[in-house]
Amino acid sequence: MRLEPKPAPSLGILLLYPLAAVAATVVIASLLVLAAGASPFSVFYLVAKGAAGSQFALMETLSRATPLIFTGLAVAVAFRAKLWNIGAEAQLYMGGVMTVVLGTGLLPLPSYLLIPIIMVAVMAAGALLLLGPAVLKTRFGVDEVVTTLLLNFIVLLFVSMLLEGVLKDPMGLGWPQSQKLIAEARLPRIVTGRRLHYGFVIAVVAAVAMWVVMKKTTLGYEMRAVGHNPEGARFLGIPVNRVLMKTALLSGGLAALAGFSEVAGLKGNLTLDLSPGFGYTGIVVAMLAVLNPLGVVASAIFVAGVFVGADAMSRSAGVPSYIADVMVATSLLTMVTAMLLVRYRVRWK
Amino acid sequence: MTEALEILFTASFWVAAIRIASPLIFATMGELICERAGVLNLGIEGIMTVGAFAGWFTVYSGGDLWTGVLIAALAGAAFGFLHATLTVPLGLSQHVVGIGITLLATSLTYFTYRLALPEVTSPPKIEPFATLPIPGLARIPIIGEALFSQTPLTYLAFVSVVLVAWVLYKTPLGLAIRAAGENPSAVEAQGISVTAIRMGAVMAGSALMAVGGAFLTMSAFNSFFFNMINGRGWICIALVVFGSWRPGKALIGAILFAAFDAYQVRLQQLSGGVVPYQVFLMLPYILSILALVLVARRATYPKALMIPYQKGER
Amino acid sequence: MSPKASTEVETVLRLTDITKRFGPLTANDAISFELARGEVIALLGENGAGKTTLMNILFGHYVADEGTVEAFGELLPPGDPRAALDARIGMVHQHFTLADNMTVEENITLGTQGLFSPKLDHTARKRIVDLSTNFGLSVNPRATVASLSVGERQRVEILKALYRDARILILDEPTAVLTPAEADALFRTLKLLVQNGLSIIFISHKLHEVMAVSDRVLVLRAGRLSGERKTAETNRQELAALMVGQEIAPPQVAPPRPGAPLLVFDKVSTARRGTGAFLDRVSLTLTGGEITGLAGVSGNGQAALAAVMSGVEAPSGGTISVGGQTVSDWSPRTALASGIARIPEDRHAVGSIGDMSVTENVIGERYRSERFSKRGLLDWKAARDFAEQLIHDYDVKCPSPDARIRLLSGGNMQKLILGRALDPDPIVILANQPTRGLDVGAVSYVHNRLLAARDRGAAILLISEDLEEILALSDRILVISKGKLSTPSSRGERSVRELGELMAGHAEAASHAA
Repeated sequence: MRLEPKPAPSLGILLLYPLAAVAATVVIASLLVLAAGASPFSVFYLVAKGAAGSQFALMETLSRATPLIFTGLAVAVAFRAKLWNIGAEAQLYMGGVMTVVLGTGLLPLPSYLLIPIIMVAVMAAGALLLLGPAVLKTRFGVDEVVTTLLLNFIVLLFVSMLLEGVLKDPMGLGWPQSQKLIAEARLPRIVTGRRLHYGFVIAVVAAVAMWVVMKKTTLGYEMRAVGHNPEGARFLGIPVNRVLMKTALLSGGLAALAGFSEVAGLKGNLTLDLSPGFGYTGIVVAMLAVLNPLGVVASAIFVAGVFVGADAMSRSAGVPSYIADVMVATSLLTMVTAMLLVRYRVRWK
Repeated sequence: MTEALEILFTASFWVAAIRIASPLIFATMGELICERAGVLNLGIEGIMTVGAFAGWFTVYSGGDLWTGVLIAALAGAAFGFLHATLTVPLGLSQHVVGIGITLLATSLTYFTYRLALPEVTSPPKIEPFATLPIPGLARIPIIGEALFSQTPLTYLAFVSVVLVAWVLYKTPLGLAIRAAGENPSAVEAQGISVTAIRMGAVMAGSALMAVGGAFLTMSAFNSFFFNMINGRGWICIALVVFGSWRPGKALIGAILFAAFDAYQVRLQQLSGGVVPYQVFLMLPYILSILALVLVARRATYPKALMIPYQKGER
Repeated sequence: MSPKASTEVETVLRLTDITKRFGPLTANDAISFELARGEVIALLGENGAGKTTLMNILFGHYVADEGTVEAFGELLPPGDPRAALDARIGMVHQHFTLADNMTVEENITLGTQGLFSPKLDHTARKRIVDLSTNFGLSVNPRATVASLSVGERQRVEILKALYRDARILILDEPTAVLTPAEADALFRTLKLLVQNGLSIIFISHKLHEVMAVSDRVLVLRAGRLSGERKTAETNRQELAALMVGQEIAPPQVAPPRPGAPLLVFDKVSTARRGTGAFLDRVSLTLTGGEITGLAGVSGNGQAALAAVMSGVEAPSGGTISVGGQTVSDWSPRTALASGIARIPEDRHAVGSIGDMSVTENVIGERYRSERFSKRGLLDWKAARDFAEQLIHDYDVKCPSPDARIRLLSGGNMQKLILGRALDPDPIVILANQPTRGLDVGAVSYVHNRLLAARDRGAAILLISEDLEEILALSDRILVISKGKLSTPSSRGERSVRELGELMAGHAEAASHAA
């Protein structure tokens, strides 16, 4: 078997292959649904209805998509420069920590000052957290995959320590949770009575900003060059290590904003179950979007829809909601395969 | 302070250390085979989850213990096959595919678990492997108890190290595996398929990882629960680097690590709550990172690690 | 080395109508030939003529689109290196296929036993020692390959084939990495092999070697067999004409008009790195209006010198001045800023970023300049205009400036790299293997551009492993050996033989001693 490069694909091919990847995912999920003794048609109908069948469902989906946009952007930016940041989960929690540190009354400021200050601090916290692995990579040659993965566990324990220690809510009846944010630190809801909050708007703005950075700026150019061919980039005079540092700062900052938006927009305080794996799912979101920042918004909404829809479905159809995780993981693998086939032809001899 | 030192001279401490090391040894050997052939297998965390579930579920459903181990190995090999198909002939990013396999294996396991046991709140226990003291040897103080008064799976873990070392260094297959990770064109020029060697190595390695997972349910905790692998797979990846891709050194690394882990638990009890327990729990992960920093500069990576190979390429 | 005259000729290998296409390119076009027992065939052709492709088909790395290969009367199944090995065909690749982390013995025995046999064959070492004494291939079987010299590695490659009882041996450009003395030793080994009844296919683009070792010459040109001659009945001129096709006029070299020294290395050293050569207090002056040729066997420090000159590696000692200014803080950026243009040795791995577009590649050295960006924002229109200008000026065939540069042919990619380097009118030019792997037309294009830059007053360093290229273009010649430079000689001052001795690291002849 051999792979031969194909010339630039037509738009039709570019759309057809990802659709085939989604179709393959649906087929595999259908087999699981059948194994669970339910009908794939009714199950997928229920998933779709649960994800987008009503204004409530749609808002729920967008609300769930918000942290995924941030972590998806973090991963997309990092992977573009081939900085394998698998630690968005940890950066997210650091963002959450910074939010409650500053937002529970330490800074008695009006919203229009407090929220920007918190956001900057949150981004700095996440950025510094990823800077460590980036320095270890460039200075000592330590693979950042392992270090960022291990940091996820370290940071979660660190947060647990804080929540049972200095950040513990004295009124929390012994639960490991932080105090509630003051009202000025909260992100308002977009529609009263629904969970969708302005974090979603910030996420979309961040996506557009990242698109501009990647397409229009010298930094984006440098990141792409370093990602595609670090040796070639160094030859051109691009300071490869410095670019990796900047990438780490940007990526860590974006992932931390996911933690901020969840705490300030949705939960109101920090708990140990702030994220059900948004950091890891961000990898899928970024890959489904082929690392395109605008695509991240679309793929985050899609992935969030699968999760929200599956939750609703599992309540009524009795198929475990883990079907959503399976679909998301499967779509990652089918999608990278599809994108390979867009660029290469498989020859069997 | 003397109490802290005395721990090191108790048999129970070393028995615990070896027990903690056992799953790590299996999975580290598995990862080592994959990487020696040139494939980084980040599916390890998920494949261990699958193994833990498959072994436990087989026994829970009435199978015997060794059947459970076999089923776990086969399930691991199946995910290894998927990983290898995507990364070897198709040459997809080993980072992305590995994470994908971990997500897929984990979610499929949880799905199956929920499907099989929809109403369970506390996970059911199985009758695990019993300790099998080796007559005579088990009576040597401390060392004997630690090494020879364990369950059969622990003995199997040590056997796996010998087996992996023997295959890698003393057999023609081992030559081919090591060459595939160093310079695959050397393998192809001698008429051996790089694809076959790499796929075989990933499947065999994944089977070992899954047995490592099965150890947790069948020889340690006696039941399956979510998040039970808890980063052990990632630690094994660090252990492979720490052991410079050599089975013996990796074994020492795993035992040192496990000893440290067992030690921190006991220190935690001694510290009487002055230091938050999370600090102790963090130490193994921090230790892994420090170990990587120490060895990374001197590490001699298999040169073709993470580089896909196409036939006829030089 | 003529075939045994006594009995009728025994054909050991027969290729019939081999055709191989890569997309629009036909690499091999209906090639047929036969090889007799005890015969040495030279396969002669320019880079890119299709020699290596043909041998890769023969050895089963590639599958031909049409045609068949027969060895000892049996049809070889296509695409199976195992079948070629079983038919006792051995191949010494241009890039060695050895695993550095394993011993010589392990490399040689790899794949010679059943994979699942429970132990290694311990009689192997004795056979290896016997073979190496019989054929003059001395090497320690227990040494790790990483510790071997290039010449020793090649011997291991030949031993690999002999260990498998190869009856047909294919050598792909075997002398490219050898000193003249090592090459002579190789030729002696080949003679011994032929006396033992082996047949040899010797791939080369060097005429004198072909004349020295072969019984018969097959000439490949642009994928076709353009001629076949008995070595005894031909001469270099005729072969050259067959190889090149048209009479390529040697480049017209005007007399040099030397100017000021534009690049001065004063006792420049680089850090040691592994087994590779490093620079040890090298001093070098490049004068404007001159091409300085750097000859040498590969691996003698050219890479280190090129890395320093292109700015990729900062020297560990010594000073560099460009245009009279000493430059501190040496990096690719400062090298570019002080007026050095760089044409790298490896245009795929270093000179281009394959998955980025032509436009993105051509602005690579200057994307931060006023012309292409303002306050961190790139001006894509200016960039695209520049790409279009280069495509036009340098006669590049490419579908659009937006095409990924990976899709361009080697020659067109090299023209773009040349254009990117020469456009800002540099005062110093580093041309590292600028014509490797290019076809004849592209080679002469590159040569003429370099000569034009020289006549404009630039100082050029031409690094090449092809001595003929050095001789044709250089006003001054330096030889590098083990990281040290010889004294310079002007055009025609040293004979090829003298240069060869310097390349082999022999002390300079008395007449040239300083």
